[in-house]
Amino acid sequence: MNFFLQVFGNPELYASTLAMATPLALAALGGTFSERTGVVNIAMEGIMLVGAFFGVVIAVLTHSSLLGLLGGMVAGVITSLALAWPAIRLQSDQVIIGMAINVFAGGLTAFLLNTVYGYNGTPTNTPFLPTITIPGLAEIPFIGQIFGQQNLLVYVMLILVVVSHYVLFHTNIGLQMRAVGEHPEASATVGVSVVNIRYLGVSIGGMLSGMAGVYLSLGLLNGFDVNMTNGRGYIALAAMIFGKWTPFGSLASSLLFGFAIALSISLQGYQVSANLVGMLPYVLTIVALTGIIGRSRAPLADGIPYEPSK
Amino acid sequence: MKKLFKSLSLPLYAVITGLVLGAIIMAIAKYNPWSAYGSLFAGAFGNPIAIGNTLAGAIPLMLTALGIAVAFRTGLFNIGAEGQYWVGAMAAVFIGYNFASMPWYFHIPLALIAAMVAGGLWGGVIPGLAKAWVGAHEVITTMMMSYIAILLAHYMVEKGPMMQQGFVPQSPPITASATLPTILTNSNLSAGLYIALAAVVVVQILLFYTSFGYKLRAVGHNGFAARYGGLPVALYTVLSLGISGVLAGLAGGVQFLGVDYQLTDTFQSGYGYTAIVVALLARNNPFGIVLASIFFSALSSGSQMMQITSGVSANMTDVITGIIIFFVAADRLYAYILRTLRKKQVVAVARKEVQS
Amino acid sequence: MALLEIVGLRKVFGQVVANDHVNLTIQSGETHAILGENGAGKSTLIKMISGLYKPDAGTILFDGTLRNFSNPREAIVAGIGVVHQHFMLIPALTVAENVVLGIHGGWGRYDRKRAEEQVRKLSEEVGLPLDPSRKVEDLPVGMQQRVEIVKALYRQAKLLVLDEPTAVLTPQETEDLFEVVHHLNQEGIPVIFISHKLDEVRAVAHKITVMRAGKTVFESPVGSASAEQLAYWMVGRDVVLQTRRDAVQSGATVLSVNDLTVFDDRHTKKVDNMSFAVKEGEIFGLAGVDGNGQTELVEAITGLRKLAHGSVHLQGKDISHSSVAKRIEQGIGYIPQDRQRDGLVLPFSIADNLQLREVSTAPFSKRGWLQKRAAKKHAQKLVEEFDIRPRDVDLPVGDLSGGNQQKVILAREMARHPMLLVAVQPTRGLDVGAIEGIHKHLLALRSEGRSILLVSLELDEILTLSDRIGVMHAGHLVAVYNNGEVSREELGLAMTGEITAKEAGA
Repeated sequence: MNFFLQVFGNPELYASTLAMATPLALAALGGTFSERTGVVNIAMEGIMLVGAFFGVVIAVLTHSSLLGLLGGMVAGVITSLALAWPAIRLQSDQVIIGMAINVFAGGLTAFLLNTVYGYNGTPTNTPFLPTITIPGLAEIPFIGQIFGQQNLLVYVMLILVVVSHYVLFHTNIGLQMRAVGEHPEASATVGVSVVNIRYLGVSIGGMLSGMAGVYLSLGLLNGFDVNMTNGRGYIALAAMIFGKWTPFGSLASSLLFGFAIALSISLQGYQVSANLVGMLPYVLTIVALTGIIGRSRAPLADGIPYEPSK
Repeated sequence: MKKLFKSLSLPLYAVITGLVLGAIIMAIAKYNPWSAYGSLFAGAFGNPIAIGNTLAGAIPLMLTALGIAVAFRTGLFNIGAEGQYWVGAMAAVFIGYNFASMPWYFHIPLALIAAMVAGGLWGGVIPGLAKAWVGAHEVITTMMMSYIAILLAHYMVEKGPMMQQGFVPQSPPITASATLPTILTNSNLSAGLYIALAAVVVVQILLFYTSFGYKLRAVGHNGFAARYGGLPVALYTVLSLGISGVLAGLAGGVQFLGVDYQLTDTFQSGYGYTAIVVALLARNNPFGIVLASIFFSALSSGSQMMQITSGVSANMTDVITGIIIFFVAADRLYAYILRTLRKKQVVAVARKEVQS
Repeated sequence: MALLEIVGLRKVFGQVVANDHVNLTIQSGETHAILGENGAGKSTLIKMISGLYKPDAGTILFDGTLRNFSNPREAIVAGIGVVHQHFMLIPALTVAENVVLGIHGGWGRYDRKRAEEQVRKLSEEVGLPLDPSRKVEDLPVGMQQRVEIVKALYRQAKLLVLDEPTAVLTPQETEDLFEVVHHLNQEGIPVIFISHKLDEVRAVAHKITVMRAGKTVFESPVGSASAEQLAYWMVGRDVVLQTRRDAVQSGATVLSVNDLTVFDDRHTKKVDNMSFAVKEGEIFGLAGVDGNGQTELVEAITGLRKLAHGSVHLQGKDISHSSVAKRIEQGIGYIPQDRQRDGLVLPFSIADNLQLREVSTAPFSKRGWLQKRAAKKHAQKLVEEFDIRPRDVDLPVGDLSGGNQQKVILAREMARHPMLLVAVQPTRGLDVGAIEGIHKHLLALRSEGRSILLVSLELDEILTLSDRIGVMHAGHLVAVYNNGEVSREELGLAMTGEITAKEAGA
């Protein structure tokens, strides 16, 4: 009993859940945009790495973490175009292109880290993204300890979830995105540009994954390190699927997965294996796909190249 | 002959493009690409020991890539071979450090069979059944299973049942009776090479000379037609992913009986991912896989030498690998470029005609 | 003045001339039918009118302006509404979302309430009431077609093109559709009605244009062309409804279907308590409008679909729950409707495809080993016998023409001399020469004393080949006739479900 209270009664666990869920949720949101328009995005891992690295580079150059954030997002968009162009124009296999980007990004960021900063890693005087204290909220016991004082991007993420939901389900462009991901031919016959919509979806995905990467290097951790995403891009993919390709679903499953990560950290020093707890996101994703707890259905045209007739 | 040339040309273009773009990136970063590639080559093939190590590195790639190719031939993408490799490794090591009294001719086969069964179950049973019964996409399920496998491996040696006595998170080493003999002194090259080459021949025969292979390929090309042809598609899906896992598991077994001997707490071989590239580059042809495995193993084994002598980070080889995968997948790019060039030519000719 | 005037339209795909010298004039307020066999070039013409294809030559004059649409949007903006044969609807979206999709772009708000209200109002105005908040995937086919029409009208179409609109409809829905077409004509909106069904065209259209082999070959007001004349222009030769030469042999029962009930993938009952038998040396033709349960029936007989109730016997043996492989072994041959999807493995060679259904058995494999030489010999024999061109048995089937692909399937199924051959639309999309060849082979199989269950949407094919004719409607076998004792009209009536099983005396 005492053990449970110690672990689960500690607000730190939930604050850490939110912090751990943020990069997952941002990337999962990005993946949602990409896949809703019909482009499978397993490149989130690589895009996050690129965003994380260039976020640091720009922040160091400009002495501004916000410009670093912007730089990371732009780098994310550029990287995502390496997925978008062959997927849309050359009808390439999106999973394999995504894999190529992940391998390339892992190699390139490690190579550049060495080349630009040498073996000591990124500078210690890198400006980091600020932690925000919300007056009033922060004073409330327990709740305040969870929500009152978090990194800027944690709040941005929560806002973006709402915005994304609005865009996807309550705007004309969102309607077009959902249509293109389900049935590109039908969308084209009513004059929706499948190509443009897919570029847009993948780019938003790149932007949000880039942001997730910056959060890692300039928010959650201190600076950039080789392969620092450590599989988070894949967990974000799982979160997107488990969240049934919706913004709120992505947030909910990111929180669940973030909780699993936070729990496995707080369990260090106890007898329960953090590794076994860490399996939770992956097990749940398989369960979601096999339909044991409500079926998760991908957009119908997800991953299928669209070839306009001549 | 023409067909062969055609199937070889795309991988060749991709490799050349990868090396050239890699050189450009190095040049931009103010390195000398010639000396970098020179030291890379020397590191991989410069002396018999280097060649031995390059071949040794090709063994797990070869086996894993064969598995991935079998799945590809059946229209399935086994992206989780990395995890199957690790469960194979765990099973082989477990058998390897137990049963010390067993003679080698029982011990080694037992350990390898355990590795194959473990890999096969991990790759085949859950992802295969999920795909066959409810259509769950194998890219996601094999990937998820892979992460679970790696966490399981960590658990095993971090206070789990396979941790050796003491405080270091690693397993006991396998006994001498389970060790695959080294066939080139002072190198990592073990008798696993023979196992890998035998597997290449077996897979080639299986795919193209048996009715089972015919069925696997029919299912891969057209599931509807296969069903109409009376083939139980669900069963073949499970079998194909199972065989894929068996080979990846065998890769893990061979690697640990021949090179690594005990599980330590780092579970990042990367073989599972590089093997996908190998299979893609070889276009799922078993003999092509031999060549492509050696190529990628050389990139990896030569990269250390490259880092030491020319200062280029060893990660450069990942950059090149990424580019190669990209260009193999974007196979229409070359046709696209040719078409654009031709169009420009036509326009230029037309302009000339108008002017004259 | 004509609303649409098409002159000398031409479209070429590689070696194939899909459309050539196509001329068409549409007046306001009329229904103009385009009649032609499958593959006559009707769809290509529609795709050029709707901006999906660009013509290689010729002009399209619409609403007084010369048009050169480079995408469907331009055609829509100009006022051309097309209802494609395969609906261009997005199943996961609602009716209203489907209707308004693409009208407004940008980041502006999609006003769900307003859109639904507009769609409801419009649909009631034109007599096609719809519930705009329902998802399209939950609607029956006839309703989905309404969504398509409303979608076109919402875009202020000045011309409506209906591509094979009745293929998927029940007779009642077809009647309703004709009402709507007349209503639209009264509103001044002309309709282009594409079809290969003579009687329908004569019922709904004011004018008829016939297409054959990619060209428009005949045009006339509906009153002044006889059915024979139209049929002549469609087919390009006098159509003689051949009567069967020899009497029905009364042999033993080969296939018997008893109280069979089958559901489709969406758990809708498609075959409802159906019973019939096919005898030795008999071709049993099964007529009916597409979508009345033929597909599900055939899949249940061949083992591709589970049966919910009842039984299937082959030569007295219960095969109701046997696997596909078991049924092949027991002598069922099957020519599927969609040959590229179901019947062939396109990247495989001719020789490999010819052993698809028997690869596990001798002579194609022994103890699991492929016998490549035997397969090749077998293939070479069949390629000669069935005149499959080219003669190269190592060539991938994907490189063959449609007719030769069909011959590969036919050869594979016939070579086994099956006790029962289930042939679905065996001549779909083929030219006349190929059709006659396939008919000859089917009749030859019959002469051997084998049985054939022929499922076809073409009444002519049914009448040419069958000994007995069954008519399927809404999952029931509504009538069975001996060929020669029934008129086309009677068959047509039965296909609409007007005749009950008892009256026909099955």
